[in-house]
Amino acid sequence: MTDLSSAPVIEVRNVRKAYGEKVAVDDVSFAMPPDAILGLLGPNGAGKTSLIRMITTITAPDSGAIYFSGQPLSGYHPRQIGYLPEERGLYKSMFVGEQLLYLGQLKGMSARDAEDRAREWLAKFELEGQWKKKVEELSKGMQQQVQFIATVLHDPKLLILDEPFSGLDPVNANRMRAEILRLHADGTAVIFSTHRMEQVEELCEYIVLIDHGRNILQGKVRDIRREFNEHRYRLTYSGALPAAVGERHHLMNPTVSTVDIQLAPGESSNDLLRSLLNLGVQIQGFQELLPSLNEIFIKRVTRLDKSATPEPRTATTPSAHANH
Amino acid sequence: MSNLWLVIRREYLTRVRRRSFILATLLTPVGLALFVVIANAVFSYENDDVKRIAVIDDGNLFQGALPDENGLYFRFVDQPLNELREHPEDNRDFSGILVIPEVTNPRSRNFRVQLFSDETLSIDAQSRIKRRVADALRDYKIEALEIDQSTLASLDTDVNISVRSLTATAEGESDDRSMAAAIGAGIGTVMGFLMYISVFVYGMMVMRSVMEEKTNRIVEVVISSVRPFTLLLGKIIGVGALGLTQVLAWMIMIPGLLFLVGLFFGLDAEPSQMPNSPDIDPEEMQSMVAKLAGGLSDLNWWLILPCFILYFLGGYFMYAALFAAVGSAMGDDMGESQTLTIPITIPVILAFYIMMAAIQNPNSSLAVWSSIFPLFAPIVMPARLAFDPPLWQVALSLVVVFLFAALMVWMASRIYRIGILNYGKKSSLKDMGRWITAKY
Repeated sequence: MTDLSSAPVIEVRNVRKAYGEKVAVDDVSFAMPPDAILGLLGPNGAGKTSLIRMITTITAPDSGAIYFSGQPLSGYHPRQIGYLPEERGLYKSMFVGEQLLYLGQLKGMSARDAEDRAREWLAKFELEGQWKKKVEELSKGMQQQVQFIATVLHDPKLLILDEPFSGLDPVNANRMRAEILRLHADGTAVIFSTHRMEQVEELCEYIVLIDHGRNILQGKVRDIRREFNEHRYRLTYSGALPAAVGERHHLMNPTVSTVDIQLAPGESSNDLLRSLLNLGVQIQGFQELLPSLNEIFIKRVTRLDKSATPEPRTATTPSAHANH
Repeated sequence: MSNLWLVIRREYLTRVRRRSFILATLLTPVGLALFVVIANAVFSYENDDVKRIAVIDDGNLFQGALPDENGLYFRFVDQPLNELREHPEDNRDFSGILVIPEVTNPRSRNFRVQLFSDETLSIDAQSRIKRRVADALRDYKIEALEIDQSTLASLDTDVNISVRSLTATAEGESDDRSMAAAIGAGIGTVMGFLMYISVFVYGMMVMRSVMEEKTNRIVEVVISSVRPFTLLLGKIIGVGALGLTQVLAWMIMIPGLLFLVGLFFGLDAEPSQMPNSPDIDPEEMQSMVAKLAGGLSDLNWWLILPCFILYFLGGYFMYAALFAAVGSAMGDDMGESQTLTIPITIPVILAFYIMMAAIQNPNSSLAVWSSIFPLFAPIVMPARLAFDPPLWQVALSLVVVFLFAALMVWMASRIYRIGILNYGKKSSLKDMGRWITAKY
């Protein structure tokens, strides 16, 4: 048992998927620790949705394998997955309650279970009165909440949310964020997929960065940031900045009261502070500048582009052209 | 509960309670009954146009007896014509004066009567008067020429073709098949037409159901729980069950309503609908009804009914699958995608015309081959069933239809699984062809 529960909830191994000529997912591998929150990040068209569709068994990989809690992914696993696709909707002319019952039962719930849980969730979102309403009579925000309820109704072990906050107003976005965090605290693993990296920066412990179908970066957010840390600090000061500071340190982005300072090789933040004090700077604030995921992504992509020139990335496995 | 069952139930229940469905189910028979009432009223409308005709029967041709009929009233008058014409105020209530001269030469093939009227007499009334005079003249001539009535009657011979099976022996069975062609044509037309309508109506319904899920963007949620094939099959079965419900409701309601209409409006079909038809000898009528009943009961219903249901299922699955495939390839704009249905509607319409031809010549090679060709068979073969087609043809055609229907469902599911996730623009037929073999 302990073995199973500590196995990655999702493990993707060398997965490749092509649609005709277009390679959507190219040799992607990552493992997701149980009850983690993982950000699947990348620009539009990078292959995130293609990857998710394979995890949800909607499509199958051309090559490679996907494991769910250590077992090869099979037709039983979708019942443990809750999937909120980017393109999402509801049956317009069905009643809210009836719709939730249907979707819950499709996930293997009994009718009674599904009804109990649906009523519970509707109450949580203050939608108790909408059970007998048709979806087309609901406001857009309410419809999005019903969609979310349909996704989590069967208490999935893994929640996959594709662009979950797109089109949500701030109130609903916050409410959903809170519910997701609560589900996560109760032991649900969550995959966020989005191209708006700043939206999930503070939510995700792990990220997988995807570009052009390839997995270009993955790991703990903290580690990645450390790796991409360029050792810059933002100094906030009052009065005038002594000229000597500029002579001794590498200054960037000066404003009226702040300046960014690049540490010299071998120099520590304490060394820098000490030096600044010695130079008589009136320090009001001193803060490490960590790169945002956006910046890391851009940096990573440009770095890869440079290194990829001598070795074109289309030259992959021999099976790449098998189905033409 | 299995997912297939859940999908079938949803497709059925959400549609069966739709207002448009309930209205269509209820109003179609009502509309039909209304049509019958109105049509009947139109046909019997002339009844209130009353014509009184004064008859001057100089030759005593009618011997004082000319019965009234249907708005035509005859009265014999003794006054001479001149008197009647000079004093029109005395005979207001006559719309015309019929003058029948004496018959001078019984062998003459011409006879002229005169009708004086200020109104134009309808063609119907004229022809009725003509027939009356001709009948009376005939009787008069028979007497005048001293012809024996029975000798004359024996001149008219009623020739019937009694078509008998070449192979069947006369054991017990009455194998008079003279009505078979007419009955076969009637039943064949009804069956072929029913197939044609249901393929279109319910096939289109499946297509709309597929498109609805695609344009609502619910489909990706659903297929993360249900395999696309299951979803497609559930849709086809669910809508099929709905169609069956509607057809059954109509089968109960239409005869019932027509019966009620007949009761309330006292519609007596025969006499008012065929005012001009020559009187049918009641005995002959009876023998025709008996033949009809005999012909109907002689039909091999044990073959026809099960076969009809089988063709219905095969044809429905085949075409519903095709419509579903097309629905999945459609874009968000239904209008521009409508052209995609043309490749499906053409064979259906062709099959309908071939069916019409097959009823005329049920054993022509066109009929035989089209009733084995899978796209036409579900419409053409049911129409041929009443003509006793060779059993091997029926069996072969059924096997072909079911294999082909299975192939179509499989092919449609291949197109469907990719089509439903291709949002936005409509796809081309070429794309759909590619999807059949594409991995996914």
